This record gives sequence, C-alpha cells and structure tokens, in this order.
Amino acid sequence: MVIRMDMRKPDSSSIRTYQSGTKIVVAERVLILEAGRAERHYWSDLWHYRELFAILAWRDIAVRYKQTVIGVAWAIVRPLLTLVIMTIVFSRVARLPSDGVAPYPVLVFAGMLPWFLFSSILGEASSSVVGNSNLISKVYFPRIIIPAASAVVTLVDFGINLALLIGLMIWYHFVPSWQLVFLPAFVLLATAASLGPGLLMTALNVKYRDFRFIIPFILQFGLYASPVGFSSAVVPKAWRFWYSLNPVVGVIDGFRWCLLGGESQLYMPGFLVSLGVAGFFLWLGITYFRRTERSFADLF
Amino acid sequence: MESDVIICADCLGKKYMIGHELERERYIVLRDVIGRSARNFIRRSMDMLRGRPIFVGDNTEEFWALRDVNFEIKRGEVVGIIGRNGAGKSTLLKILSRITEPTEGRVTINGRVASLLEVGTGFHGELTGRENIYLNGAILGMRRAEIRRKFDEIVAFAEIEKFLDTPVKRYSSGMYVRLAFAVAAHLEPEILLVDEVLAVGDAEFQRKSLGKMSDVAKRGRTVLFVSHNLGAIRRLCSHAFLFDRGKLTFGGNVDATLTAYERLYASLGRVIANMSFHGPLADQIRFDQVICKQGGTVASMLDPLRKFQIEVHGFALRRFSGLELKLSVFRDGLHIASCHDTVDPAPLHAGHFISRFDIPEDVFRPGMYTLAIGLYEPPSRWAWCSEVAALDFSENLGERSADRSGGVVGIAYTAQRIQQNVANCSHVDAL
Repeated sequence: MVIRMDMRKPDSSSIRTYQSGTKIVVAERVLILEAGRAERHYWSDLWHYRELFAILAWRDIAVRYKQTVIGVAWAIVRPLLTLVIMTIVFSRVARLPSDGVAPYPVLVFAGMLPWFLFSSILGEASSSVVGNSNLISKVYFPRIIIPAASAVVTLVDFGINLALLIGLMIWYHFVPSWQLVFLPAFVLLATAASLGPGLLMTALNVKYRDFRFIIPFILQFGLYASPVGFSSAVVPKAWRFWYSLNPVVGVIDGFRWCLLGGESQLYMPGFLVSLGVAGFFLWLGITYFRRTERSFADLF
Repeated sequence: MESDVIICADCLGKKYMIGHELERERYIVLRDVIGRSARNFIRRSMDMLRGRPIFVGDNTEEFWALRDVNFEIKRGEVVGIIGRNGAGKSTLLKILSRITEPTEGRVTINGRVASLLEVGTGFHGELTGRENIYLNGAILGMRRAEIRRKFDEIVAFAEIEKFLDTPVKRYSSGMYVRLAFAVAAHLEPEILLVDEVLAVGDAEFQRKSLGKMSDVAKRGRTVLFVSHNLGAIRRLCSHAFLFDRGKLTFGGNVDATLTAYERLYASLGRVIANMSFHGPLADQIRFDQVICKQGGTVASMLDPLRKFQIEVHGFALRRFSGLELKLSVFRDGLHIASCHDTVDPAPLHAGHFISRFDIPEDVFRPGMYTLAIGLYEPPSRWAWCSEVAALDFSENLGERSADRSGGVVGIAYTAQRIQQNVANCSHVDAL
C-alpha cells in the first residue's frame, strides 16, 4: 500500500481561495490508499502512534500483574530454580570452570538475564499479533506496535531478574567493576537481537499458524546452544568464531563482560560476528514484518 | 481533486481467495488419501516458499468482495451505505479505514479518519472502566490530552460514574455497551466511518446514540454509516449508496436509494440455492428461495402492523417417511422464536414443495431479523443453515410512539390497573 502524506499545519494559509470562488481546504494530510509496495513515511507514521504504543504496553503490564497471586512470585521462582539446576549440572556434575573469580551461580545468572529476555520476547512477540486479532481486524495502526509493546512487558520481568542478580552478588560479596555503566547499551542490544527473530516469527505465525510449535523447540534448543549455563571460554578456540554465529552468544558474552568485570574477557571477532548476525535478523524481521503486515487483517 | 471532495474512490476493488474442497468420492481409497495429502503438502510448501497465504481445500477460487467502485463524497455529507449481507459494505469501510488494502484502484482521503467498526474494540475485562476509557480512546486514535479533557463528558454519557473503578468484566452488558459507545461518540475526526454499531443496547440508549450521531453529522463532519436499520439511515443520512454483490449499484439522495433498495430485492426474492447447509440431510433437500408476502404481493420491506406470510420453496431429492422443517427467527444473534411446518414429522414426496407460515400482525418490531432453516428426520438426521434470509420491518408503529414499542417482539396481552380504595388512603391527605 502506498501511503503518501503531506504533513502540513492546518493554519490559515492552508485555505486557498481560487478565482472561481471555490475554496480548497488542504487538510492535515492527504492519504492515498492503493495496492503497492513500500510505505513511505512509515517511521513518521509510527511516531504518530507513540501514545498507542505506550498505552498498549501499559495494558499488557497491568493485565499481567492484575488478579494474580503468584504473578510476581513466578517471575522470581522461575529464574531461581533454573539457576539452581544450571549450577548443579554445569558446575557440580560437568565441573566446568567459571570466568576468573566470579562465583559460578553469578556467572550463570549473568547469562540467564539476557537469555530470559531473548526467550520471553520471542515467545510473547510471536503470539502477540494473533492474540490481538480483534484489534487488528477493527482498527488501523502500524502493526509493529503490538509485538514491540509486548517486548516492553518482558523488560519488566528483566528488571525483576536484575534485582535478583544484585541480591545474588551481595550474597556472594561480589563487586562488579566500572564496565557496569555499559549495561543499558547491552540491554538495548539484547532487545534488538531478540526483536529481529521475534518480528520474523510474529509475521510468520500470523500467516502459518504452525510456527508457534517451532518456538518452544527453538527456545529449548537455544538454552543449550547458547552459553547460558557455562562460560563461552570453555568452547574450543577453533570453534569460537563459528559459535558466535548464534547472536545470543555475543549478547551473553557482552552481559558477562559488563557484569562480571575484567575477569570475563570479550572475544572481539566473535562479538562482532554476533552483532552482525543480530543486525541482519533485525533488518530481516522488520522488512518481512512490514511486507506482510498490510495483509494481516485478511488472514484472521 | 474537486473543490470540497473529501473521499474519492477510483476503480476500487478487493479480491479474496477462497479454498474449496473437491467433491469426495463415494468410498475412500487409502492410495487417494495419501496422494491428495502429498499433493496438498507440496502445494502448501510451495505457497509458503512463495510467501503466499495457505488455503484449506483442493483448489482456490477468486472472490471479488468489491469491484469497480467509483464515488466521491463531499465534505460534510452524511452517507448511508446499504445492501444485503456480503454486498461489500464492510469491505469498503475496512479499506477506507486502512485495515486492509485494496487489490486494485485507489482511494484519496483528504482528512483525519476515525473508524468505528465495532464498539469496545480492545476493551479488556480485567481493566477498570477508567482504564478502558483511556485504552479504547487511544485505540480509536484520540490523544491522551484529548481523552482527559472529555473524560467527565464520556462518563456522564455512559452513566457509569459509580462503577468507574470496577473491572469491566463485572459490568452488565448494558453498561459495557454504554461505556464503549460513549468513548467512540466523543471522537472528533473529520471523517467518521461507522459500521452497524447503533444496533446495540436498549431502545433508550439507541435513541441517545442516534441523537449523538446526528449531532456529529450536524457539526459538519463527514460520516459514512453502514446499517441494516433503514429507519436510522433515513433519519441520519442525506445521501446513500446501495451495494449489491460487490458493486455500487446506486448512489444518490437517501430516499431515492432506499427506493432502489426495495425495488432490487422485491423483484429478486431471496435465492438460497447455494447456501451451505450442515448436517447429514444437507445434500438431500435443496432450497430455492424464501419469500415474504404481505397483502398478496412479495415484499422486501414488511409493515410490522400487518400480517404476512413466509414461504420456503424447496426441492426434495428423495422421499422422506417423516420430516419437519423448522424456521428459526433471530434478532441480534438471539434466538427469539421457532415455527414448524408440521406438528409431527410428516411424509414428504420427492420434488418441489412449499412450506408456508402465516404470521399474525404486530408480532415483530421495526428492524432486521434473520431466519434460519432446520430440518429434522427421525430418529436423528438433520440439516441446518443459519441466516438464509432476513426479515426487514419498516419503522411503522402506527399511533404508538417508539418508546411504547420497545423490545424485539410484541406480545398479545391485556392490562388493567387496580387502585387501592381511596377511603383507606384518606389519612395520607390528612397528614
């Protein structure tokens, strides 16, 4: 759909009187709807709908924690239990080393933080559009708002997890170093790296509903394919570069570098590869989403 | 563009693809099943790789919901859009409100559009009335500041002051609808698209909503209004468009369009040959049409104060030793009555038949009712098809005023008032 918009301020100059006496009122914007490809002004249109984005994100958060006794408790219990299991399996049974002096549970939790962000964005986003089909078939707005708003909810859970990590660090008397100031940048990176595959899955899931069966598989597989329970330093040097093709590897390494301090070294070539792959998925996700979102309403 | 044209449609068309199952063979052969499954699997995989949507069924067919539609709407016009179900009215509104894109042609819109295709879009049961006002307002395209400014007005219109902080899942359906409509009624776009939303709530609220709608129209807004309520169209609109099977067949002044509508359907009857019946008997009886007659002639618009007949014309493909036909009447999805053509299942010969129902005067109210046909052959065979036809009653209430004829049916009754003995009450006056 080509949408051309002339954004003009509706001031007095926009009312023109022609010789014939007919008045033309040039409205705020002129919309032309027709079958086509790229939507120009996509991003400015998105900005126009920022309030809807905020209110949808707020709705998802409000609904999530309303009328749930274990709502918050669940957000605490799940990561803690995972932490215990991961620590037992990888540290006690497999006897893998930690990064430097960091206690193993802290190492695991620093990896779980971005992993949970990734997995919940992927899970929430991919079902978000189908779950909001009533909105999509009745009102227009840039559809990308829906998965993006669902990602905001997962950031709340991320905040809870971060508080847990701080608690864990206090428990182990572990002091992070100056790299901690980069944390917001890495959170942004993790969100971007998750939104790419998330958007791709969202769009595919609207068109082909079997994709929702693939997501639990990806997440289960990904938990072990990514260095969540172990440090990526245990991966043999020769493989490390190729291992970084998994974008989550770079994100987790970044988190560890930032949270655990100088003990955890950032393997630069691998990090850059992960960054590149994550960027590629983000581009692919947004492009595919934009291409298919115009027909979402016809698919419900 | 013309001086004050606000919406201009040019050769507008919208195509949908629908899937069909091929007719099944008499008996099922495993080889065929495997073959067909494999074929379908390959086709679906190819569709997926090409990025096309997947269809259920063996082959697909194109279906034009709208085709070759051209019109211009001037600023400040209130345009009613009428036509049968499936005529393309809702598709048009969906294109204009950008929910779906046209397949061909183009629309030029010269103003801010708000669409109201449903009341309470996005309402969430867990959230309170207050929260839902903000949520729904934002979904309909209002700014936060705008909602805050109109908040009290919205609450007053919906009459829910006391329940503002109660989750809407605890609301009665009436309160829910009132709140939903109240938010929508305070939209102030240049162009408002409305789809059949006035058909909700009780009579009192409907009148209030209708009043609000005509206020909106009077304030110089452009309104496109889809409705089956021809009375409301006549009252609100200056112009009307008539759609029939995806084409704009008539457009002009509202009275002329309504006349065209009546003429179109009076001559047509209601052909239901290709309606889809479900159940074991579905392919053993065919139906040609459902006709309503009033005063001996076929009528598309019925007068609620006169008696009328409904005739169901069918064709039995075999002999039945016992069969009964049931006509069910619905209003707004509510099953309000059913009529049977025989007291007990009676024999029916193969061939044409007519089931005729005589309905007395003053049973139905102005507005639209839909009919469903059910078949029953003892002990357990049946067929069913919903929405085979619609009954449309005109806004004629005779001497009575509209508020003395609320509800969806009229019942025969007598009433009297018994007053207490005046002498016993005299001490009240004395006090």
